[in-house]
Amino acid sequence: MSLFKEFSKGIIRENPLFRLVLGTCPSLAITTSVDNALGMGVAFTGVLIASNMVISALRKIIPDSIRIPSYIVIIAAFVSVVDMLLHAFSPDIYESLGIFIPLIVVNCIILGRAEAFANKNSVLPSFMDGLGMGVGYTLALTIIATIREVLGAGTFLGYAVMPVSAPSVLIMILPPGAFLTLGCTLAFLNMMQNRKKLKNKRNPQIKLNEQVAQLASSN
Amino acid sequence: MREMIIIIISAVLINNIVLSQFLGICPFLGVSKRLSSAIGMGVAVIFVLTLSSLITWAVQIFVLDKLGIGYLQTIAFILVIAALVQFVEMVMKKNTPDLYNALGVYLPLITTNCAVLGVAIINIQESYTFMQTFANSLGNGIGFTLALILFAGIRERLEDADLPKSMSGLPIALITAALMSISFLGFTGLL
Repeated sequence: MSLFKEFSKGIIRENPLFRLVLGTCPSLAITTSVDNALGMGVAFTGVLIASNMVISALRKIIPDSIRIPSYIVIIAAFVSVVDMLLHAFSPDIYESLGIFIPLIVVNCIILGRAEAFANKNSVLPSFMDGLGMGVGYTLALTIIATIREVLGAGTFLGYAVMPVSAPSVLIMILPPGAFLTLGCTLAFLNMMQNRKKLKNKRNPQIKLNEQVAQLASSN
Repeated sequence: MREMIIIIISAVLINNIVLSQFLGICPFLGVSKRLSSAIGMGVAVIFVLTLSSLITWAVQIFVLDKLGIGYLQTIAFILVIAALVQFVEMVMKKNTPDLYNALGVYLPLITTNCAVLGVAIINIQESYTFMQTFANSLGNGIGFTLALILFAGIRERLEDADLPKSMSGLPIALITAALMSISFLGFTGLL
């Protein structure tokens, strides 16, 4: 049960892109099409799971004072592996992601999870944490890419979805569209959260129920 | 000489590293709340970016290519950058304490700045010569600083603005960046 919790927290409650606002560079650069977003998400999830597992397995061996350089080397090794795998098996995705594959190394989410989770927990929870965070990040990338591709090119995964008469908004697949989409998505999520908070304030009974549920789960 | 000027202008304005190539977004959003810290971060990035690009260029040409181990590029570059940042920090602390006090806090952040690794890799991919590498990395550093300082100036003003609650903070910052990015698109026809 608690393993499932480690998995599910990355998807909504601690979503790395929408809640923690980490890993913004690739989320702006490669979200011009859903294909790219999925490719990036899979590559990222692979690196995150592998590095999380290795770091948590070695957490008692790595001395505390040199842990950051050690983490970076471990992460860089897995990024090189993913880079070569993508180059060999899906050259199209490799071409379009370009420089952002080696740049997974400096994605703050991976180092952040290593520091915040993997070096305190054993291998299996670290695996679930990596999987959850990876899926959450992929989901966030896909949402942004869907908005940009549908509005900007009128397609979804390459298939035309918009009516021919609807003009495509070119700016959405140009650089400014990336900032605009992420900004509006974050604002929308903030709005939903504020509304939920307001509702809870109006209904003390719901708040009470939540507190009881929280107490019950902590015991 | 003419070619170097073209590379610099193109890196600063046309292909601005932050607003059209999306490298270094984290410090762009994180260190842009105060103008003074934006200037400090910008200067530190220009310095480290140029130095690390030149060193990684030399590592690629004289070590990785010579030995035929190009697949170690990512690991080698990130290690060089991390070591360099540490080294610069130590030298600064010892020899120029004033500069260290001004820039010191930004230096550790630069290791995980994807602009530094990104520009180092782009220089190799474009197979630039030593001088072209210098021009490109200097231009990209200046482009980063320019975008960061302009953005910080706007954000300082935005703090007093009366915004809807859900827009304040990051969402409005990103929309500001979108508008800046549109205006930088205007430089496309410059060269």
